[in-house]
Amino acid sequence: MTARAGPTTHDVTAIVNGVERRARVIPRLLLADLLREEWGLTGTHLGCEHGACGACTVLLDGEPTRACLVFAVQVDGCRVDTVEGLAGDGAGLHPLQEAFRARHALQCGFCTPGILMTLTAYLREHLAPSEAELREALSGNLCRCTGYQHIVQAALDAAAAGRATAPPA
Amino acid sequence: MKFVGDRHLRKEDPRLLTGRGRYVADLTLPGLLHAVILRSPHAHARIRRIDTERARAHPGVVDVVTFADLGPAGRAMPVAPPHPALRGHNFAPLAGDRARFVGEPVAAVAAESRYAAEDAIELIEVEYEPLPSAQTLAPGAPAVHEDVADNLAGRVSLTRGDVEAALRAAPRVASVRLRIGRGGGQPMETRGLVADWNAALEQLTVWASSQVPHQIRQFIVDLLDLAPHQVRVVAPDVGGGFGAKLIVYPEDVLIPFLARRLARPVRWIEDRLEHMLAATQEREQEHEVTVGFDDAGQLLALRDRFVHDTGAYTPRGLVVPLLTASMLTGPYRIPAVESTFESRYTHRVPVTPYRGAGQPQAVFVIERVLDLVARETGRDRAQVRLANLVRAADMPWDTGLPNYRGSGHVVLDSGDLPSVLRRALESAGYEARAAEAAAARAEGRLVGVGVASYVELTGVGPFESARVRVDAAGRITAWSGVTTQGQGLETTLAQVAADELGVTPADVTVITGDTAGVEHGTGSFASRAAVVGGSAVALAARDVHAKTRLLAARALGVAEADLEQAGRAFTDRRRPERRVTFAELARLAGAATAALGVEPGLESTRFFQPTDMTYSSGAHVTLVELDPLSAAVRILGYWISHDSGRLINPLVVEGQLQGAVALGIGSALLEEIAYDETGQLLAGSYMDYLLPTATDVPTMVIDHLETPSPLNPLGLKGVGESGALPVPAVLASAIEDAVGPTGGRVTRMPLGPARLMELLPPVLSGDEGTGRDRAT
Repeated sequence: MTARAGPTTHDVTAIVNGVERRARVIPRLLLADLLREEWGLTGTHLGCEHGACGACTVLLDGEPTRACLVFAVQVDGCRVDTVEGLAGDGAGLHPLQEAFRARHALQCGFCTPGILMTLTAYLREHLAPSEAELREALSGNLCRCTGYQHIVQAALDAAAAGRATAPPA
Repeated sequence: MKFVGDRHLRKEDPRLLTGRGRYVADLTLPGLLHAVILRSPHAHARIRRIDTERARAHPGVVDVVTFADLGPAGRAMPVAPPHPALRGHNFAPLAGDRARFVGEPVAAVAAESRYAAEDAIELIEVEYEPLPSAQTLAPGAPAVHEDVADNLAGRVSLTRGDVEAALRAAPRVASVRLRIGRGGGQPMETRGLVADWNAALEQLTVWASSQVPHQIRQFIVDLLDLAPHQVRVVAPDVGGGFGAKLIVYPEDVLIPFLARRLARPVRWIEDRLEHMLAATQEREQEHEVTVGFDDAGQLLALRDRFVHDTGAYTPRGLVVPLLTASMLTGPYRIPAVESTFESRYTHRVPVTPYRGAGQPQAVFVIERVLDLVARETGRDRAQVRLANLVRAADMPWDTGLPNYRGSGHVVLDSGDLPSVLRRALESAGYEARAAEAAAARAEGRLVGVGVASYVELTGVGPFESARVRVDAAGRITAWSGVTTQGQGLETTLAQVAADELGVTPADVTVITGDTAGVEHGTGSFASRAAVVGGSAVALAARDVHAKTRLLAARALGVAEADLEQAGRAFTDRRRPERRVTFAELARLAGAATAALGVEPGLESTRFFQPTDMTYSSGAHVTLVELDPLSAAVRILGYWISHDSGRLINPLVVEGQLQGAVALGIGSALLEEIAYDETGQLLAGSYMDYLLPTATDVPTMVIDHLETPSPLNPLGLKGVGESGALPVPAVLASAIEDAVGPTGGRVTRMPLGPARLMELLPPVLSGDEGTGRDRAT
């Protein structure tokens, strides 16, 4: 839709959830709109469109990034990971998603994709976080439903499970 | 019963966890247009002229509409529910000759892309004549509606006994002024709609992020002059509601209007600034309370007179102040009560219920009164509460005050309020915490304990519907007139149906929020979905189960007593090789039925119409510490004891309580919708309006009592809003304890940093001896 609305366009190529994708975009198109409207990846949600709520968090070259604050043209040549790719190709759930389900760490589910992406990146680098550290890591993602308690428990469970299955250093 | 009571994992989670949820903004249709709405920049203005020519000429723009284009749809929407004291006004799909709050819709653009539509609304030229606006509840403000010169939307007085005489006779009397500010539900998903007009069928399909799809259908039918069968409204996955999606908004009619006018699908997704500007809000009230009591701390009389800000319109009539007034006495026995309010129009966003719906204000008022009485009599705050609570033997307890629906008194149907408070105190180790806090204060730290009790009105009627069907493939589907915005009803209603049908929740597909599923429905608000919706599902599933047994007995040629059920099949108990499945029974029911003596179809539609509301109860205890430099509040511990009757799914109930407490913490310490003196919004983003984060919300310890309600077949009581009710009260209690006798008194909510600073004891705030008024 937006690709045809502007006079100037740019070609963007990105590796999205492991697959190369291309688009021709207007300069001001947001990454979130590219993902959602052009590529059909609607798991990335827009909650505030000013970078405060974290619902649109994706991984850009592995780093948690607000898709509402990044232009589509900025991801040319980058790797983008969204919630749709978290569990890989299988039909099952990623261990963090499993922990969320087991702990009832989501209610309406709208903020959940952004929280999952934030925690995925965090837990990759922090194998044994304390509860306080996890709360700090989550503090850029707003959830109005859960009160965070079950999210924190799920993340602690996932971290413990990750340590249990990790190959010895 | 196998599944009711089980901590069953949610059926909706795999979809929502993998990005496969279908929220309204995720829906796309061929030829989809994008709508953007122009909103009034003035709190009060005459709209003299609107020139849409430049906007229409903008590339990608398909249409621009104003009030003049609405035709017969340009009417005020109905107010629900009516009340004899109400001088009600509701908004139209677009403002006509006058705008009455900053954010009121004035025009809409439909374009090929949202980007083009956003550009085009900048090109609409509106000639406004700004007018003075009502930004105060005091009399004499400019009139919001011409026929309500004094801005009085309604005045109601609820009484029990002779309060003036009781106050005169009381050994001791005390008074307090209390103020509560504005906040909002703030679901993480904003509002939004997709509407599609099918010209061949002459049918409109509307997907709406709403708590009340059946009500939206009724408004569309009324304003667009369509028959009910021509309009289907679906609430798909909804990203939270909390009341912000419980009224029918102008856009809910405007977007369907555009879709029909243009014969193309139209999508409108509210942005967060629009949500802050135009989604309804709540809580703003000013109370003058006088209490009569004796030296033992026994309550003898209570008089509360308050003013309620209803904003520019009354889409929900007087519901919010009526709830505050009628629930004033809460869990306490008070022989003489007067609760009088004036609901006043202002040029601000309309006020309708959000999570708690007038009741957090009532709890704040009565719990502040209990703390006041404890202080005046030198008694422990928990003991004063225990002395005044309605006792288990008193149930059912008639408070003597009319309920908000005008269908009788507020009658607490069941519960054990002293036990629920004692259990919260035990869970917290109340006496040890109090000693710990006192010791900390002796060292100069600001540590305090708070306690609060509450009851919550839940399970509101008038009805809810359910349809349960076994189809010819043996699939079981349960449709309900409620909606789900995260409460897990896909799972909990399946648990209810599964028990009635002798199957598992995995066998039952629950569909909520679809007017094509059940013809009549009420929606999800007032902590009613599980209670009223769950009861309706139980009744319909019970019918279907009875019919499957009758048909199975016929099919197998045995008596019903000889049937053995194994999931979705029955066998002959004595000859287990003889077996008939639900699928076969559904085919049987669909065919030769006259001979079987039953009506066709293996399905049932039932309504549950509760005879009265059912009341949940509970108590919260907290331990807090204030930073002496910043006055920031750290919550060191939080304990909840709660009785919401029989639990369908304790895991879901705990999630509801935790989320509601978090929302309560926001409304007590962080969140405030502020306006300047001209009605301009001062909190339009999440930089200015702070929602609680993971570092603001403590880990909570939750204890359940289960006193079944006698008012519905499963003994259920609602819980969704309960957790939010006592949070401002319990934090006020703890903060007041923390700042000690030389600190300030908490008379206002929310308590932002500036107000908290004013509460610090003089030695800490460095203003000893200035003699300024310490009340906030």
